[in-house]
Order: sequence, then structure tokens, then C-alpha cells
Amino acid sequence: MGEALLTHKLVGDRLELTASGSWTAPNAGELEDQIKRLASGTSSTNSINAKNVSIDMGGVGEFDTFGAWLLERLTRQWTGAGREAVVVGLPEHGLDLVEEMHDVNREELPPATRANPIVSFLAAIGRGSTGFAKNFYMFAEMLGETGLAAGRVLLRPSEYRLTSTVHQFDRVALQAVPIIALITFLIGAIVAQQGIFHFRKFGAELYAVDLVGILVLREIGVLIVAIMVAGRSGSSYTAEIGSMKMREEIDALRTMGFDPIEVLVLPRIIVLVVALPVLTFLGSIAALYGGGLVAWLYGGMSPDIYMARLTDAISLTHFQVGMIKAPFMGLVIGLVACAEGLRVKGSAESLGIQTTTSVVESIFMVIVLDGLFAIFFASIGM
Amino acid sequence: MSEKDPIIKVRDLVVGFGTQTVLNHLDLDVRAAEILGVVGASGAGKSVLLRTIIGLIPRRAGSIEVLGQDLDTADEAERRALERRWGVLFQQGALFSSLTVKQNLQFPMRENLEISQQLMDEMAYAKLEMVGLSPRDGTKFPSELSGGMTKRVALARALALDPEIVFLDEPTSGLDPISAGDFDELICTLQQTLEITVFMVTHDLESLYTACDRIAVLADGKLAAEGPIAAMLESEHPWVKTYFQGKRGGSLAERQLRN
Repeated sequence: MGEALLTHKLVGDRLELTASGSWTAPNAGELEDQIKRLASGTSSTNSINAKNVSIDMGGVGEFDTFGAWLLERLTRQWTGAGREAVVVGLPEHGLDLVEEMHDVNREELPPATRANPIVSFLAAIGRGSTGFAKNFYMFAEMLGETGLAAGRVLLRPSEYRLTSTVHQFDRVALQAVPIIALITFLIGAIVAQQGIFHFRKFGAELYAVDLVGILVLREIGVLIVAIMVAGRSGSSYTAEIGSMKMREEIDALRTMGFDPIEVLVLPRIIVLVVALPVLTFLGSIAALYGGGLVAWLYGGMSPDIYMARLTDAISLTHFQVGMIKAPFMGLVIGLVACAEGLRVKGSAESLGIQTTTSVVESIFMVIVLDGLFAIFFASIGM
Repeated sequence: MSEKDPIIKVRDLVVGFGTQTVLNHLDLDVRAAEILGVVGASGAGKSVLLRTIIGLIPRRAGSIEVLGQDLDTADEAERRALERRWGVLFQQGALFSSLTVKQNLQFPMRENLEISQQLMDEMAYAKLEMVGLSPRDGTKFPSELSGGMTKRVALARALALDPEIVFLDEPTSGLDPISAGDFDELICTLQQTLEITVFMVTHDLESLYTACDRIAVLADGKLAAEGPIAAMLESEHPWVKTYFQGKRGGSLAERQLRN
């Protein structure tokens, strides 16, 4: 770089510019700098005092829109200051281009308004709060619409999309079994290890089994599974429905007389409501198994003792508490995921935002719901 | 490169997917500063040809030379340099949906050129005006554009770096006849002012008559006919005959010839 694309000479009160080289896109940055230096008078000649300017383009080789615009900008700078600018020796093919450039950028664009930072900060807070409130509204709306669609399907069961349901069940439940079993197995093992390690100080290692049993059946099993499903299936629901929305597939369904809620949302939510208890059951078994394995290998507790202690420690109630929560968690995940999917706008970015929101929101809702259930079960003595 | 050397040289090209062969030993030349229209039945492999030339689809055999450079022997840097010398208008526009129109146009400039933001703004507005849009449209997002505007913005983006070759994949599809006519005119004007080579895949007979210097017809994975529109009207190839002298093509031909 640094090749002279524009040389200048002051003849009396006339500035003579001689252009050379390629006035094309790759050289545009360099050329712009040279023109700027010339205009600001930082170059050696005192060009500011020149009355008029002539630009000889005869030596220019390649010439494209970038070059043409920079030439136009240069002449505009001089004529704008009330001085005269003459362009000579333009190559044949450059004439059209220069003419084309002569008309562009004439319109004054309204300057980009820069908002007051305090105002925009307050606006962001306001928008955030109403958005939060709106989320609940949207959630309730989705619940209502899905309920309505479920009611319609109950009246005409033949219209229920069984194939879609089976397909979704395969994806959401069956294909999730290995990873969910693995994760819950590990969590069960970790809880047992921690329990044994700390209870050993009081010589109460046996109670680690109570810890594992109750914790897994009541809380951990269902929570881990719900969080996994929210991340795994909730996000895919949002992305699927969102990209269908982007490509107007949802509108297409609507114009064919189908209710998107009935066709897309209802089967997915029903699948989640069925799948979560199944996965929770399998997950809890895997966690208890993991706990037992650690108790045996790390705690030196034989499987017989572990089983006997487990049967003492847990009751059907603990199991019920976990299993009752599961379908509700599935419902919440499904509702949030589908509602967020339907909120996707035209851009790829909005698809990403809604998918993130969907996962964050459904995990949040799952934990809130778990808390509410804890209060509920405590008050009815379960 | 001498005047006569083709700017794109396709030799013995074979492209296929699975068991299906789409292009079967195809030869094609595109000359400098011409508008070449590629036609063919749906599924004849027009878009596949375009995508193969720009390197998006791998080929089974044959060679492709663009601007005197063999794509096989070019290394990474040479390929990138070559890609800067062509612009592509995809069928659906393929505008970046999370960027505004202005940012879409500036994206290739920002990545490839070292120029100031001011010059980039001015160039983006200039390109927008060249394709018949207003600089005010620069702040819009692609999802807010109509079909015709999307095509225009996509063309402006294809032209952002002043390429030597522009590939257009069905530029007028989905436009009303008036907008399509305007678009053809726009392509002609731009081609003349910028002296670019245009490789245009199209279905639009009107475009072929008004815009294209030469037409290449794809059928059965090969070039069935090649030449200016007059040659097409005289061709004996059954598909070419039906296409240009059928119900739609025929009446258009009569009208055009009468003018």
C-alpha cells in the first residue's frame, strides 16, 4: 500500500490533480485517505488556497463505483465550497459510472436520533417489567387455548393426531432415556457419596440411604429430569415452531383451516405430560441404583443392607410426591416452549432469543412449581 | 486475459446426488461482459450448475475455470480472492435476517476492505440508489421488505464489492411482470455501466428476450442449445422448440419480432 493514486501540483491559484493506478474497491481506503489529506490541507502544498481544481483522470487504469464515488465526493467538496472543479480524461467506460454517481447521496437523511441514556434506561426497565407481566399473560393464554383444543379433540377423538404424537413420543421420551438414565445415575451416586462421607463422622452412614431415597424420589429425580427435558425437548419445540413461524408455515396451516394449536402444540404438550412421569420413574430408579452402587463400593454397604434400609426409609408417599409433580412439569415446559416458538419474528436472531428464553423460563417455572408443590404437600401432610 | 478467452470455462462437468446424475459431461463458456441466460425444465440442474460453479456443490468430474483460475488448484487464499471478484444473488435473497439492509450491504465491505465508516455508508446508499431503492430503506430489516425489495437489496449486496461476475439465481421469480421488467432493465443498465459478466438462471421468457445476450439451454444434464435468441427460435431440439415456440413463448416471440 501507499501507492500514490492522486498527485497534486499548485499552478497559480489552480490545483492540478493527477490520478493514476486502480481506482477500485481494494484501493478505496488508501484513496480516501489521500483525498482527505488533500482536503484538510495537511499535505505539503497549501491546497486550501486554490481557487479551482482540475482532475486529470487519464492515467487511471481500472475504475469502479468506489472510485467513481470518491471522484464525485472530491468534486462535490470543491464545488460545495464555491470553487470550480473540472474532471478531464475520464476513461470511456467511466463516464456512465460517474453520471450514475452524480445523482446518489443527494438526499439529506434524518440524523440517527440518539436517545437520552437515562430515558432509555428507564424505558428498558419499564419494557422489561411489562414484558415479564406479559409472559404470564401469554402463558395463561396458551394454557387456555391448549385446553380448548384438548376439549375439541375430546369431542371428536378421531381428529386427534396420533401419528404425530407417537413420533414426538419417540423423540422426546424414548430417545431421551439413555442420557437421562446416565445423568440421574451419576446424581444418585454423587448424593450417596456425599451422604456417606459426611454422615460417617457421626457414624451414621446408614442414614445416607435415607438421604438418597427421599431426596431422589421426592425432589431430585423429577427436577433433574424436568430440567433435562426443558433443555433437550423444550428448546427443540421452540426452534421447530419458531422456524415454521418464520417461513410462514403456521400461516399456511391456518389458511387451510387447521388450528396450529391443535395440530402442532397439543400433541407436543400431551407427549410431554405423558413422557415426564415415565422419564422420572426411570430416572429415579437409575439414581437409586447409582446410590446403591456407591454405597456398596465406597461405603462398604452390601446391596442387601442397602435394599433393606431403603425399604425402611422410603414409603409410597415419597414416590407419589415425585410422580404427581411430573406431569405438571411436563405441561409447564410444553406450554412455555410452544408459546415462545409462536413469538418468533422474522429474523434468525429472534429465533435464538426465543429459544434461550424458552429454556430459561421453563427451568425457572419448573423450580417455582416445585416450590409451590412443596408447600402444598407439606400442608396436606404428604 | 484476451478478449476471446471465456471468463467462465466449464469442461466435462459431472455432478450428481446419490444415484442420480444431474449434470452429465457438460461444457459451457461464459464470455466477458455478456449476460448469459441459463434455462431448462424444473429439475434440469440450472441452479445446481450455478452452485457448482461457485463451489457450493462438489463435482464428480470435470474442471471449472473462473477468471482464468482453476478452482481445483486454487489454494485457500486464492479462492478467497476469487470469491471477492464475484457476487451471488440467491433465489430467496439470503439476506442476513438479523442485520439491517444497510448492514447487509456493508458486511462484505467491512470484511474485505479497509475503508472508513463514512465511505461505507455512502457506498451503501449509492448501491441502494443504483438498484432503485431509497437510502431510507437502509434501516429496515429483511423481514420488513417486500419480495421485489428483497431481490433488489440482494442484488445490491451482490454488487457491494464491484464484482466482475454476478451470478443471479432466478432474479425475477416471484415478481409481478412490471417489477420483473424493471428488474431486467436494471440488470441491463448495471451490466452496461459496470461492465460486469452476468450468469443468470431464469424461467422468465421476458428476461431472456430483453436482457440476455446469449442463452444456454440445459436438458438431460447437457447443454441442449446455446446462442442468441434468434438461434433458439430456429432450434430443432424438442424441448427448446416447445419452450420458445409453445403457447407462451410463441406469442412472445411474435410480439418481439414484430417490434
